[in-house]
Order: sequence, then structure tokens, then C-alpha cells
Amino acid sequence: MLRYALLRIARALVTVSLIVSIAFVILRLSGDPAIIILGPEAPPEAFKAFRHAWGLDQPIWVQYLKYFNAIFHGDLGNSMRDGRSALQVVGERIPLTLAITIPALFLKVLIGLPAGVYAALHRNTAIDRLIMTLSVFGFTVPSFVLGLVLAMIFAVKLGWLPSGGSDTWLHAVLPIFTMGMIGAAVIARFTRSAMLEVLGQPYIRTASAKGLVWREVVVAHALPNAAIPTLTIVGFMVGSLVAGAVVVESVFSWPGVGRLLVTAVANRDLAVVQVILLFVGFTMVLANLIVDLLYGWVDPRLRTKRLQAGT
Amino acid sequence: MTIDTGNLNPTTQASRPSGGSFFTSKGRYRAFFETWPPIVLIALFFIGLAIFVVATAPLIAPYDFMAMDLRDRLTPPALFGGTWAHPLGTDELGRDLLSRLIISIRVSMMIAFLSTLIAGTLGITLGFLAAYFRGRVEQLIMMLIDAQASMPFMIIALAVLAFLGNSLVLFIVLMGFYGWERIARIARGLAIAATEQGYATSVRDLGASPMRIYGRHILPNIASTLIVSMTLNFPEVILLESGLSFLGLGVQPPMTSLGNMVGYGRDYIQSAPWIMLVPSAAIVLTTLSISIVGDWMRDRFDPTLR
Repeated sequence: MLRYALLRIARALVTVSLIVSIAFVILRLSGDPAIIILGPEAPPEAFKAFRHAWGLDQPIWVQYLKYFNAIFHGDLGNSMRDGRSALQVVGERIPLTLAITIPALFLKVLIGLPAGVYAALHRNTAIDRLIMTLSVFGFTVPSFVLGLVLAMIFAVKLGWLPSGGSDTWLHAVLPIFTMGMIGAAVIARFTRSAMLEVLGQPYIRTASAKGLVWREVVVAHALPNAAIPTLTIVGFMVGSLVAGAVVVESVFSWPGVGRLLVTAVANRDLAVVQVILLFVGFTMVLANLIVDLLYGWVDPRLRTKRLQAGT
Repeated sequence: MTIDTGNLNPTTQASRPSGGSFFTSKGRYRAFFETWPPIVLIALFFIGLAIFVVATAPLIAPYDFMAMDLRDRLTPPALFGGTWAHPLGTDELGRDLLSRLIISIRVSMMIAFLSTLIAGTLGITLGFLAAYFRGRVEQLIMMLIDAQASMPFMIIALAVLAFLGNSLVLFIVLMGFYGWERIARIARGLAIAATEQGYATSVRDLGASPMRIYGRHILPNIASTLIVSMTLNFPEVILLESGLSFLGLGVQPPMTSLGNMVGYGRDYIQSAPWIMLVPSAAIVLTTLSISIVGDWMRDRFDPTLR
């Protein structure tokens, strides 16, 4: 188990440095931010001063080393717009985003898991069909369409909830609901298919044949085995807590990381985009790592098998 | 780690290949609908309609999609108090929504089609390379696959758009990086399985080059599964493209796409909700139809599920 864990951690570190490097390549080798920030008509001296101030006039490999060094010291540059530390600019938005993504995650799991398990256990009944139909809609309705339709009904027509902003907790209801519905559909579909696959396995037949109550078969044999694929998808959702709300935040004018990212992209604010990219990379890698370790815990076979396959 | 809906779950269960024995009492209609469920037929009809619109867009659009008519602003659709001059109404600049919708469907579908083609080519090539070379090359490709799968693609896309700026060609290429990793994974797995089979070993023993073995023998044999996974990739690209365009970071005006139309329409959600609802309905119908047909194709044609 220790070897398995160490290997996973090593891989996570490799992935992180890969993400960091890719972020650098994308950010530095593409276009001249001086022209974008200052505009093409700015005087040459201004360009020169700007490039010097941001270290853009040095050779690319020097910039790369400096960049790595800076990351280790937590110094990720300043927002090119307002001059504050990019880390700070992003950091103050994170709690706001988590305030809607974490409740949404609970909603997804609390609705999606039981719905998927129920649908699998009652395959081809009317309720299964209903759950699956709703789930297909969850897959094909874009979050901005669902968000706008909900806003139209509950904010414009009924006037029960505000349609945008973040002043009270009421403002969080529609964004949470929008994300929760769509995520629940995804989880339900995954859980159902994972359960169906497990329920068709010989050990389930054996378990019922030896006289175990069906309830016990499901709880003791089916659910733990179906947990593995479901864990993957939930892990991905945990990993995207920080930036999984880009579209929904924009729909409801919720001032979180997602909206910051959109404005930073539109303004081409290099440092801010870079910090967000790194944040997302770190959380994704961390979530992946946790999921991998959980796998090893849930499924002892993986501890050895995966090492041999070398994947 | 991916959100791979591909291999797990057939939504439509009623897809046994034929209507049973010739002598069973099942009527011809029943057998027909068992092979072609009504929902699939409806979905195919919508896909056909969308392809027709894509092919003939400039011809069937009643107005120029950029033509403004400031006297005719925000008129509702024909059945909601408007006139048949603008069947789906007009927007804030008096542009005909039907014409804009037709052009938008064309743009969105073309982007999704080209991007899926790129993702397919990239995925199949890398998958085959991994299957052929094994060892280090395979490790490297698998690492790329894992790296891509572990980042939400929307964030990568936004970062690239921020720094490369936006042009239609770049945007299509960028969308082409969506989903390649799933196709590569499937292609690799199938190709490895196929090389063990009789036909591949025999052409190899006959002295065929790797290019020939993979291109002329293995590819046609595993094509059905790959086409199905590309079909399922298609609606996701539409959703991604419309999401980015909705944020104002995808297709840029004066060009229009379905996401763009929704993005503009949201400002008029109170006074003229049809501006937003019309393109939204188009997105949902298109992605829903393609997903339904994709799932159905997978159940029918994918031998790995049997």
C-alpha cells in the first residue's frame, strides 16, 4: 500500500510540474501582453518600461527559471490591471465560489446517488425511465440555458428569488440549484450504469443463491463494487470545485473565481489567468490523488494490478 | 480519469437487432419500431433537419442575418403577437431571428463537425502509435491522456483563448482538442486487441508495413466503435462551443452562433424572452437528438458491448 501511495504521489507531482510548465508556455510564448495592455499606439518607451517591469525582455529560459522560483515562493506576479498581487485577487474570490460549489456538490451527490441506485435496482420500470430521461436532459441542456430558464421562472415571472448578485443567501439559491440539477443527472447516470454492471456479476448471483436477503446483497456486495466508477466522477467534481462554476457564475453575476476568470480572459490579464490555472491544476491533481488512494483502499486488487500495468 | 459516458451505459434498452423469428406473431410494425424506436426516428428527423439547414443556410434564410431594421425591433414570434414577416420575431436591433438562427445552426454545427474530426484524427493517430510502439511511447501518450483528462477542458480553453486571442480557425482547432483523449484510449485498446487477432498477424506475416496493417486492416475493423464515440463527442463540443460563445469568448460578432444568440438574449430576458429561448431550444434539440442517436448506435453497432 505504501509503495502504491508513493507512486501515486510521485505521479501527482509530475503532473503538477507539467501543468505549471504548460501554463508558462501558453502564457509566455503567445502574443505580447504589452501591446494588449497598453494598446498598439503607446509610445515605444512605455513598451520598453512595461516589458522590463514584467521581466518580458529577458531570454525565455531565464523567465522560465524565475517563474519556477517565484512559484516556490508563492510570488505569482501582480494583476496587470490593478497592480495588486494576483494571488490575493484570486484568493479573495475563492470563498465566494466555494459558497455555491460546495452546497451544489452535496445536492448532486444527495440526489444523483440514490436516483442512480434506485433506477438500477428497478431497471426498466416507469421510474427508471423517468430518471434516465431527466438525466439525458441534464447531459444535453447547457447550464446557461437551464440557469436562464430558472431565472426567468423564479426571478422574472414569480419574483421569488433574485436573478443576479450576491448580497444575501437567497442570491445563491438559483446558482446552486442550476449546478446541482445538472451534476445530479451526471452522477445518476454513472451510478446507474455502474450498478447495472455490478448486478450482472456472478458474485451477486452467488450472494443471492446462498440465501442472503436482497437488501444485504445490495448493501454488502453491490454498492461497494459500484462505488469505484462513481468515485471517479465525484472526484472530478471535487477537483473542479474552484473553477467549475464559470458559466453559472456568469449567468447569475456571482462574483466568484469563474467570473474573475472570464473578465481576466477578456482583459487578457496574464497573471490572474495563470494563478487560476495553477489553482485549478493543483486542486484537480489533489482530488485525483485522493481518489487514487481511495481506490487502493476500496479495491485491494488495484494496489498491485495498476503497478504492473504501468498506467 | 474522465467523464466517460461512452462505455458505461446504454440508455435505450429496447434495441435487440431484429423483430425475432419470422414466424412469431409480432406484427411488422412492431418489429420495425423495435429496431427503430420512435424516439430515435424523431431524433434522426431533427438531425436530418439540422443537416438540411447547414447545407442550405444562406438560401433558406429569409433575410440577411446581419440586416437591421430599427423600426421592427423586439417583435415577438408569429404565434405570440408578432407577424409572419418575422416568424420567430426580431431582436434588439430588428434583426430577423429565424435568419440568425439558421446561420447560427450552420456555424455551430460546422465548428462541432470540424472539431470532432480533428479530435478523431488526433485520438486515433495517438492511440495507434501507443498500440504499435508500446513501451516508452505508450507511457508518454498515456501520460498526455491522463493530463488532459484531469483538467476541466473549459479552463484550458479559456486560458488558451486569453493568450492566443480569438480567430475562427484557432477556435476550431482548440475545440478539436476536446475529447481526443477518450478516442485515443478506445483506439489504443481496440488496436492492441486487434493486433492479436488472426487477420492482423497474417497480413503482418505477408510482409505488410505497419501503416498498411493499421490503416487498411485494423482501422476498418474497429471503425464502428470509433465512429460511435466520435458521435457522442459531437454534442459535447456543441455545448462547449455554445458555452464559450455565451461568455463572449467564442465565436465573435459579426459572426453568430447559437451560444452568442443566447448571450445577447439574456439582456432581454424580461422584455423579449424569445430572443434567448429560440436559440436555447435549438441547442437542446440538436444535442439531445445527436445523443439519442449516438446511444442507440452504440447499443446497435458496438460489438464490445455484447
